[in-house]
Amino acid sequence: MNARNPMPVVREGGPARDEHGRPTPIETRRVMIECRNVHKYYGDYHALRGIDLKIREAEFFSLLGPSGCGKTTLLRTIAGFEDIGSGVVLIDGKDMANVPANVRPTNMVFQSYAIFPHLTVAENVAFGLRRDPRSKAEKAAAVEEALAMVGLRGYGARAAHALSGGQRQRVALARALILKPKVLLLDEPLSALDRKMREQMQVELIKLQRQVGITFVLVTHDQEEALVMSDRIAVMFEGEIAQLSFAEELYTRPASRRVADFIGVMNFLPARILGDTETGVRVDVPGFGEFEVPAANVSRADAGDSGPSVGFRPEAVTLLTRDAPAPNRETAGAIEEIVYYGDMTYYDVRLDGSARFDGKGHPIRVSMRNVFGRDLPDLGTRTRVSWSPGSLILFR
Amino acid sequence: MRGGGLRAYALLYLLFLYAPILLLPIFAFNSGTIIAFPLQGLTSQWFEQMWGNATLRRALGNSLTIALSSAVLATCLAIFAARASTRYRFPGKGGALGLIMLPLILPEIIVGISLLVVLLAAGVQLSILTVIIGHTLICMPYAVAIMTTAFSSLDKSLEEAAYDLGETKWSAFRLVILPLVMPGIISAMLMSFTISLDEFIIAFFLAGNEPTLPTYIFSQLRFPKSIPMIMALGTVLVMMSILLLAVAEYFRRRGAARTGQSSSGGLL
Repeated sequence: MNARNPMPVVREGGPARDEHGRPTPIETRRVMIECRNVHKYYGDYHALRGIDLKIREAEFFSLLGPSGCGKTTLLRTIAGFEDIGSGVVLIDGKDMANVPANVRPTNMVFQSYAIFPHLTVAENVAFGLRRDPRSKAEKAAAVEEALAMVGLRGYGARAAHALSGGQRQRVALARALILKPKVLLLDEPLSALDRKMREQMQVELIKLQRQVGITFVLVTHDQEEALVMSDRIAVMFEGEIAQLSFAEELYTRPASRRVADFIGVMNFLPARILGDTETGVRVDVPGFGEFEVPAANVSRADAGDSGPSVGFRPEAVTLLTRDAPAPNRETAGAIEEIVYYGDMTYYDVRLDGSARFDGKGHPIRVSMRNVFGRDLPDLGTRTRVSWSPGSLILFR
Repeated sequence: MRGGGLRAYALLYLLFLYAPILLLPIFAFNSGTIIAFPLQGLTSQWFEQMWGNATLRRALGNSLTIALSSAVLATCLAIFAARASTRYRFPGKGGALGLIMLPLILPEIIVGISLLVVLLAAGVQLSILTVIIGHTLICMPYAVAIMTTAFSSLDKSLEEAAYDLGETKWSAFRLVILPLVMPGIISAMLMSFTISLDEFIIAFFLAGNEPTLPTYIFSQLRFPKSIPMIMALGTVLVMMSILLLAVAEYFRRRGAARTGQSSSGGLL
């Protein structure tokens, strides 16, 4: 069953390539996983509410959302561990309705890694090869190759329970990849690692994914991890996909205020809509005055929002040093708080007139890279903030 | 000395627990027929007498058969019950588990009498088979408790991982879960074996004419001259218990070391 493909683990595979050897754009690639209107119920609880998505060949795809949003349920649905209430799941064009998990062309890396503690590292990695018709020597070579691929060459004879968290993770990867699945599913694989190890594994996972050239589907609640690793990301809330787009687009053009709030840091200010124009929407924002938001920067507000608002990232605006000319528009304010991070600093700035709408001041958060040798300003210092209408998003 | 009082208390406590057992081998090798000091002389005749006693051998054989059968039965049933209770949610689960654990607090005499009444009413001939049924019933709570602990300490993903790697549900259980709960299985078997081996009341009610070790010992207490032989028998049983425990502990530690758990706890 699992002797799917007696080829070496490391393969020059991956997506179709153009005449220059570059991978073709993701949107044009073959669909590897497709969900059509997938619903899942646990008793009365509606865990997945009409999931539609297409994950493509050799793509690094992330399911991102807060806990309880259904992302793990969706992953387990793809793996075959959960039956679906209604809808269709296709993997590589085949309906998975009556295909159990043990014969699906997917393999999973579990959150706990699920390394078999009574076996050695090599026995763990070789576990899925039990029904493989290859000879013992060939299997041993495949195991060694898989271990080398994840940086554990020579670890085969070790007892699995004696490994560190990072090593277990690698064994879990080798154990899954040795079967050459079409899709590798990863359920919060990095959440148990410390920060440094996690950042290292993020890079290694990206490299690994390029090397084996198969589709990776990652479940994570860590938006930074999703942005770092993924080609595309589906943000999920309450069993629905709130936005599915490329990482950069997700960050710069969130589809709704809730997505914007979930991904990274975003400033929100109340806005008054003055009217639509041919090229965008004219708004009035306290502290910023009247200006036009380009049509491409208009997103939707969510049901719970008190009214239209304008949002922007801390790095989308700039604090001006004393005499620098303002390149765009500028507005003045006072520094209320300084949060120093070493390479950069967050400044909370209260803009003049920011309490104009509701009497409440709305300090905005501005991030600046620190310049070596330049002193930070003092609290309360008057400052100028440079911005441009193109870096603000209107949620209406 | 600090803690002197507590130390003395602990020593007295241990003495109270084990001194009677230490007397067993002493009188087993004593040539006098009366169980009292001073000792008469060294002899092994009680052991020879014990070995030559056909009824005793039969009682021992019966008891071992019963203990082994009830241990295997109770442990197998406990594996099913414990797995069901740790892996699945179903209506009536709490009630079913409660009923399984109930013999733990029911007086054995009640269990014995009610089983006797039911078996007689059903026309079942009393034999060691009926004792096995009774002992399985009273061993189940212990076996279920041990197996539930063994199963609940397992990561649920282990089985899913094996399934995901191409195994069937049964082979995933056999290759991953079974080896990992093996220390629990051995513990449960030993516990059940020990409980059954020295169980008196149910054996007394349900064995019919068949002797078991405890009922045989009880019957011999009426004859003062066979008491030294009972002492010899007791000595052998204590030695066997210690050996059994040591073997069990060896397997438990080896299992713990293989899966990397700390080897604290356990019987020894």
